Amino acid sequence: MPDNLVTMTGVGKSFSGVTVLRNVDFTLRPGEVHVLAGENGAGKSTLIKILSGVYPDFIGSMEVFGKKAVFQSPLEASRAGISVIHQEMSLIPGMDVVDNIFLGREKRLPGHRFDRHGQEKRTRELLSRLDLSDINLHRPVEEFSISVRQRIEIAKALAFDAQIFVMDEPTSAIPKSDVELLFTIIEQLKASNFGIIYITHKMEEIYRIADRITVLRNGEWITTGTAADLPEKELVKCMVGRELDSLFPSRKQTVKDKVRIQVKNFSVRDADLPDRYTVRNVSFVAREGEILGFNGLQGSGNTELLNGIFGTYGGLASGEITVDGVTRMVDAPSSSIRRGLSLLTNDRKASGIVPDASISDNIALASLRQLSARNWRNGKLERAAAERQQESLRIRLRALSQPIGTLSGGNQQKTLLGRWLETRPKVLLLDEPTRGIDVGAKFEIYDLMNELTASGMTILLITSELPEMMAMADRILVMHRGEVSAEFDRSNATQEKIVHAAMGA
Amino acid sequence: MEKSLDHNATPLGEQSLFSRIFAKPWVRALIALIIVFVVGCIFSANGTFFRWTPHRDMLRQTSVYGILACGMTMVIITGGIDLGVGSVLAAVAVPYSLFLMTYGYSFVWVIPLCLLLGIACGCWNGLLIGRFRFQAFIATLAMMTFARGLAKTMSSGRKVMNATFNPDGSYTYNSTFPEITEWLNGRILGNNIAIVTIIMFACMVLTYIILEKLIWGRYIYSVGGNEEAARLSGVPVLKTKILTYGFSGFCCAVAGICQAAQEYQGDPEAGLGYELNAIGMVVIGGTSLAGGRGGIGLTLIGVLTMGYLDKILSLNAVEEASRLMLTAAIIVIAVLFQSTRRK
Repeated sequence: MPDNLVTMTGVGKSFSGVTVLRNVDFTLRPGEVHVLAGENGAGKSTLIKILSGVYPDFIGSMEVFGKKAVFQSPLEASRAGISVIHQEMSLIPGMDVVDNIFLGREKRLPGHRFDRHGQEKRTRELLSRLDLSDINLHRPVEEFSISVRQRIEIAKALAFDAQIFVMDEPTSAIPKSDVELLFTIIEQLKASNFGIIYITHKMEEIYRIADRITVLRNGEWITTGTAADLPEKELVKCMVGRELDSLFPSRKQTVKDKVRIQVKNFSVRDADLPDRYTVRNVSFVAREGEILGFNGLQGSGNTELLNGIFGTYGGLASGEITVDGVTRMVDAPSSSIRRGLSLLTNDRKASGIVPDASISDNIALASLRQLSARNWRNGKLERAAAERQQESLRIRLRALSQPIGTLSGGNQQKTLLGRWLETRPKVLLLDEPTRGIDVGAKFEIYDLMNELTASGMTILLITSELPEMMAMADRILVMHRGEVSAEFDRSNATQEKIVHAAMGA
Repeated sequence: MEKSLDHNATPLGEQSLFSRIFAKPWVRALIALIIVFVVGCIFSANGTFFRWTPHRDMLRQTSVYGILACGMTMVIITGGIDLGVGSVLAAVAVPYSLFLMTYGYSFVWVIPLCLLLGIACGCWNGLLIGRFRFQAFIATLAMMTFARGLAKTMSSGRKVMNATFNPDGSYTYNSTFPEITEWLNGRILGNNIAIVTIIMFACMVLTYIILEKLIWGRYIYSVGGNEEAARLSGVPVLKTKILTYGFSGFCCAVAGICQAAQEYQGDPEAGLGYELNAIGMVVIGGTSLAGGRGGIGLTLIGVLTMGYLDKILSLNAVEEASRLMLTAAIIVIAVLFQSTRRK
C-alpha cells in the first residue's frame, strides 16, 4: 500500500498565457476526507479536472497509487480508479438502475450475451452497502429522489472499482435529512481505505467530515492542515484573503410600520395531484424594510408559497395578495412584475440564467418594456442598465457582452439579482439566494439585502441555512406540510426552536 | 469600475487571438462559403463562373429557399422546427394562381389574402406548440400534411394554369400573364438582379430587425435559451411562439407567391422537400438546433453556401444523382466543421 493515493506536485495550468492554477501541491491519503476549500474561481475545479483527466496538458507531475499518471481522458482516469460524483448527475434518466450502474462495462457471457443475472446480483450487493437494498432495480432512475440517485452513482463508482472519490458539493441538492446518510456512507468509504476529495462551501460540513483541508485562493495553494489546525475564522481568512469579522454583516433595524405586502388565505394546488395542496391557507404580512424569513424542511411548501405568490403556477394558486394597498388575485409572473414583485428562484440553471445570452441581455430581460420605446429596443438604455447593475453589485466579468454561462456561480447569481433589481421591485422574493456560492459573494449579497431594506424594500427570504436565517431575518415563519407552524421574532428565535417547529412538533 | 478577471470564466478570453476569431460561428460559416467559392473558381466551367450571370441566377434560384430560411431561422432560435414550410408554400401558391389567373382578381386583393393564409397556418402551429404543448416536430408535421391536402383540394389535384373557366366547363388559355407575375419575374438594376432576390433580402432585413432591434427578438432568444427563466422574467412565451411561427407562415406565403410567379402556375406539388433545404441552410450557417443562439446573418451565409454549391455543380454539368451525393457530403463536412470546437 503506497502512502498516498494521490500525490500532485507543483501542479499548474494556464489557458494561453493566463494562469488559473500555479504550483499547487496536493496529496490524498487512504482513508481520509480531504476538503478542498476556496472561493469560486480559486482553482478547485481546475485541480479536479487535472486529476480526472479533463486537462491532460498541465504543468507539474501527478502520481496515482504511487505510479506516475498522465491521463489523456476522463475515461482513463476512471479506469485508474478515480470517480467524480458530479453536481449534475451522470446517470441516464430513462434507464433502469442495473443498466446505469453497468453502462459501458456490461458483464458479458460468451457469445455477446449480457450477464443480466450477474449484474443484478452485483448491483444488489453494492446497493445493500449503501442502504438501498430495498429498491426496485428495474425502475428508471429518474423515478428516484436525488439523494437515492446520488447513492446509485456512488454504487456505479464502486462497481468500477473506484478508490478515489471526488465529491463536488454533494449535499447542495439533497434534503437535510439525507445528508447524514451520505456522511455515513462517506465514513464507510473511509473505513475501506478509500480516499475522498470533498468540495463544499458549507462551513458546518467541513468541520463535520474533514480530516484535512487544503485551501486554494486565486489559483494558488494557501495552506493544508487538519481540521483542528484550521478553525473557522482562520479558514475563512485563508479563503477570502482578508479578515472577515464574521460570516454575516450586522443587521440594523430597518422595519417601518407601513405594511408592504399582505397575503391572505393563500393556497397552492399540486400540479400533478389536483386534490392535494402544497400550501394551505397561509396568511401573513410583511412591512416596509423588513426581511421576512421562511424556513421549513423539503416539501414544507415554502418554495411553493413564494412561487405561488409570484404567479409561477398561475391558476393553481388562490388567495388575495395586497401590495401597497392594492389587492389582486394571483396572475402570471408578467403581471406580478408589473405590481412590483420579483422572484429569484432557487435553481439558477433551470429557471434563472439564459446561458448563451450575454450578461447585459440577461440583466435587461425582465425590464425590456421599461427600457424600450414601445417595441423598439434601446441599446443605450439596456447597456446603461447593465452597467448600473454591474457596478453596484460588483459583478466580476470581462465584458458585458460575454455569455452569462461563462461566469462563476456567485457572479451569475449577482447578475440575476441585477435582473430583478432593474425592475425596481417593492417586494423581493429570494429563494435560497446564496446556494452554491462562495463566502465572499455571500457576504456581498447579505450586505446588499441590508442596503435594499434600508431603502424601504421588503424581502421575503427562504434559506435552509439556519445561521443565515438567524442573522438576516427580522421575523421568521416556519412552515410544515404547507401550513405556517410557528412564528418567531428576531429576538426570541433560536435554532432549536426553528428546527422543532419545522418538524411539526 | 472593477472588471477584474473571473478565473472561473473559462475559455474565450484565455485563448489566442486566432482561436478566438475562429471560435466565432460566423467566421467558421464564412470559411465554408469561401471554400465552396474557391472550388467554383477552380472548376469555373471555362470561365463562366467569373461572369456575373451565374451569380445572378444562383441568387434567383435560391431566393425561395432563402425566404423560407428567414422564418426557419427564427423558429429554430426558439428551439423549435417548422416542417410545414414546403406544404404551406404550395397551399399559398395554389390559391394565389387560382384567384389571380383563373378568376382574374386583382393582386391588390389576392396578395394580402395569401399572406393572411400563410400567417394563419403559422399561428396555428404556434398555438398548438405554445398553448397545448405539442412538440414542434409533431405540430408542424401535421401542418405539412394538412397544407399539402389543402393545396390539392383547392386545385382539384391539377396544376392551376393561366386559364379562365368558360360557362360550359372548358378552359380558355390566356396568352398574357397578369402584370404582377411578369413584374415578380423581372429583374432590375440593368437586368442585374432578380426581383425575387430583392424580396429575399428584404425578408432577411425584416428578420434582422425583428431579432436585433425589437423586444420580440430578445424574447425569441430567451425562450430558446431557457424557457422557464424567460417565463418567470415576464416574457409572454405563448405570444412569442405564436408570432414566431406566424412569421414563418408569412415567409412561406411570400415564398409561395414568388414560386407561383416564377413557374407561371400554381402547382399543388410545389415546395416538396423545401423544408429540409431551409433547415439545412440555417444549420450550415451555424444556428444551433438546440435554440437560443444563431442569427439571420449566419443564415445568409448558409443560403449562399448551398446556392453556390448547387450552381457550381450544375455549371460543371454534374448529373443530378452525383449532385445529390456531393451536396450531402458537403453538408456533413460543413456541419462537422461547425462543431469542431464543441469538445
